[in-house]
Amino acid sequence: MKSTRRQRVPERRGALRGRHGLAGAATVVLFALVACSGGGSDAGGSPDAATPAGSPGASDAPSRQDADLVIWTTEPASRAVTPIAKKFGQENGISVAVQVIASDLAANAITANAAGNGPDIVTLPNDFLGGALQNGAVAPLSLTADDLSAYDEGAVTSVTRNDQVWALPYGTENLVLYRNTDAVAKAPSTVEDLVGTGQAAVGKGKVKRALALPVGQEGDAYHLYAFFSSAGGSLFGKKPDGQYDPEQVGIGDEASVKAAQKIAALGEKGSKVLSRSIDGTNAIAQFTEGKSAYLVSGPWALADIRKSEVSYDITPIPGFQGEAPAAPFLGVQAFWTLSNAKNPAFAEEFVTKTMNTPEAMTAMYDEDPRPPARTDVLKAVSAKDPDMAKLAAGAKNASLLPDFPFMAGVWPALSQAFASIVGGEDPAATMTSAGTAIRSAVTAP
Amino acid sequence: MKAPSIVATAVIRVLCLGTAVGTAAALTPVLIAGRHYVFLAIVWAVIAVVLATYATARAVPAKYLVPGTLLLILFIVVPVLSTLQLSTTNYGDGTRTTRQETVERILANSVVQVPDSPKFNLSVATTGSPASGPITFFLVDQKSGALYSGTEAGLAPLERSAVTVTDNFVSAATGYTILTPLQVNAAADRLRDFTVPTGNGAIRQRGLHEAYEGRRTLQYDQGTGTITNTVTGVRYTTAREGDREYFVGPDGTRLSDQSWRSDVGLANYRRAFTDQHILSGFTRIFIWNVVFATASVALTFLVGLGLAVTLNDSRVRGQKVYRSVLLLPYAIPGFISILVWSGFYNQDFGLINQITGLHVNWLGSALWAKVALLLTNLWLGFPYMFLVSTGALQAIPSDLREAASIDGAGGFTAFRRITFPLLLVAVTPLLVASFAFNFNNYNVIELLTHGGPFSPGNPDAGATDILISYTVRLAFGGNGAQLGFAAAIATLLFAITAIMAAAQYRITRRLEEMN
Repeated sequence: MKSTRRQRVPERRGALRGRHGLAGAATVVLFALVACSGGGSDAGGSPDAATPAGSPGASDAPSRQDADLVIWTTEPASRAVTPIAKKFGQENGISVAVQVIASDLAANAITANAAGNGPDIVTLPNDFLGGALQNGAVAPLSLTADDLSAYDEGAVTSVTRNDQVWALPYGTENLVLYRNTDAVAKAPSTVEDLVGTGQAAVGKGKVKRALALPVGQEGDAYHLYAFFSSAGGSLFGKKPDGQYDPEQVGIGDEASVKAAQKIAALGEKGSKVLSRSIDGTNAIAQFTEGKSAYLVSGPWALADIRKSEVSYDITPIPGFQGEAPAAPFLGVQAFWTLSNAKNPAFAEEFVTKTMNTPEAMTAMYDEDPRPPARTDVLKAVSAKDPDMAKLAAGAKNASLLPDFPFMAGVWPALSQAFASIVGGEDPAATMTSAGTAIRSAVTAP
Repeated sequence: MKAPSIVATAVIRVLCLGTAVGTAAALTPVLIAGRHYVFLAIVWAVIAVVLATYATARAVPAKYLVPGTLLLILFIVVPVLSTLQLSTTNYGDGTRTTRQETVERILANSVVQVPDSPKFNLSVATTGSPASGPITFFLVDQKSGALYSGTEAGLAPLERSAVTVTDNFVSAATGYTILTPLQVNAAADRLRDFTVPTGNGAIRQRGLHEAYEGRRTLQYDQGTGTITNTVTGVRYTTAREGDREYFVGPDGTRLSDQSWRSDVGLANYRRAFTDQHILSGFTRIFIWNVVFATASVALTFLVGLGLAVTLNDSRVRGQKVYRSVLLLPYAIPGFISILVWSGFYNQDFGLINQITGLHVNWLGSALWAKVALLLTNLWLGFPYMFLVSTGALQAIPSDLREAASIDGAGGFTAFRRITFPLLLVAVTPLLVASFAFNFNNYNVIELLTHGGPFSPGNPDAGATDILISYTVRLAFGGNGAQLGFAAAIATLLFAITAIMAAAQYRITRRLEEMN
């Protein structure tokens, strides 16, 4: 059996480019090194026992391998893509290269494409679209309505802009609530229920804390947004056509302050369910080590949880009592062809023909388990893997991850506001100043 | 005896110069083909200088100066000049392309499939060579099976007898070569522009084996420089927003977020000096930057020197073991140890709070984050100072200390009056270098605190930010990569560092004169 060590850093970090970028990158490199030092065999002992060695060299920009089809992707996706691409290469008598880009895949792809030495295909989440269009980095796919009818509507919408489809979606990702079923038997119906049952489990000594939800010193807008949205807060208003309207920033308005107060009540000066000590590096481990009754995370946590001894269940994130349902963000992983691809014909053929099949999409799920964006494949895999249907169910009220190029300036402001509120600062003042910062990021040239 | 050596020198000289000229000659066609005329001129200018210097025996001083000067120009002057040049443009995310490239991209992206139009199985063929011959599309309607041949002149029905059809693809035709997938891919540039015009639009290639009927909905008017949507009739003209231009419709909506590269003069510098958002954090960050660099050097030097002096005493047993252990922090890659340290500072699960029983919010409070940063930098930096001080100590002749003790100086007095001043002469340049390094120590800041903690009102300027981490965030944070602005900031930082280095060199020179 081949090594199945997976990177622990949630892959969405690549998407929400922010100031986490470099540290996230270095962490990924760290784990890549750990994975390398383990060699081909999954040596016994805890995964954390392996000592990293060598120089990381994270600052190097990736360079394109010379081949007739070059794909840049992440480590988990590469395990599925590599065999498919190899077969494609044999069928067409060409060489293929699947390169794992450990850090800042989106920014690297845009830069390399502009310089004319980028890959032919990249795999990235849907929030790549805004920046990619701004830089003219992607080429539209000539997929027909027939092709697209096989895919989840929300997933297709997320990669559609100006009457063009820009990528082939393969997997969806959204936050869900993982529950340690030994600590809490029944799924909570509200946030209040979650807090109550979680704290009861702590009281009984079954776990050390009620909830592991990454906050960190700099906050984590992505993970806290589900609770925030349930309590009435929203980042952007929506236009009549359902698209986000960046002119209606919801942060700082009355509803956002009310929602922030509800979050503050869960924070370090409230019920202490949320804490800045829990961050992206330790949240999943808290749950897999059996220390936390609940975990808010996405499909990327599933592999680690399955490997651990913890018995778990997956349910949608609950909302506050008497409030709206929680609306986490929906991300869609997809294949993109680049505008300056050296091998556009092979790239288009690979994405629109080879990957656009149930077999290839099932292979993606096998190696990188997350709900497939193809509805027929989702149905098929859900029959044997109930977790997939449960993960997908968490997206019922989800709203699409915004893809505006200026989001890189919005996420840190909102994240920091959440961290301050969790830390006990005044919700009203914090939301107001964050709203000002977000509006200035939105209107910057 | 002398004659062969002259011959040998001449042969070597001819060989070396011949190689240089030959390399330049080999590069010339490539550079001409790529239209890199400036680069071509530079290559030959360098060759001319090298020839003039080394072909004759006249310019002896130049023989020693030319290599260093050329390398200086290549690695120092050229990057500085290109940074300066870049700093006067708006280059960055959204402006990576020229205006022409942007227009082409927008037009190419406007092709949509004609509704209810057929799809075809495609075989790309040519009557000439696969690399350059005229292209013909052999098409098989996927539904009806009807055969067509398409050229840039238009679409024509094809007799089934004229071609061989295998699996609904035209696999052979007399007088034509059917391109292999590799050849189709290689002809990508030509195929991108190749379309078979039809009544409703044009037939275009899709992937390797398929073609579809698409229609371009946007049209560019060269004369007025505007883009018109042929379906809705809306005309998009260029309009300026901030430091860039966009195609904008009459109601103010942008056709595309893609802008293009243009010169903006000194706008980037003006922004650095007038933007209130940038200036608000500057003074505070500059002061902390100086404090951080000074304190880092002082602390690491004190600890390193103290350990070096202690271990330099011959009475200490196992000196080598101690020295090896003390060098460990230096041997671990900084990337990894800094990340491990950032885990140590976690308020609830971190090693430091767990061992000491404290409940300090290390990375969440402005003061403690600074302390944490200095502590970590001390751990990272003291082995270097220890190493340097040990070396310098061992270079001080022991008879000087003996002379001091004969004169009645005790251990500490001897150290203060004799050893330390002599040591300082050796290590002061290294302290200056260490200061300059820490002044721009981006890694430790970015990996340990990310510049934080931040306030929600200004998520750009953190409590532990130094100038370099602050400006990197300004240039690459909120609005994507703003490379032109980043270049302007880099130029300003270069000026600041140059002034500080000049001042420090003055001090060093005074020290040297003293001795």
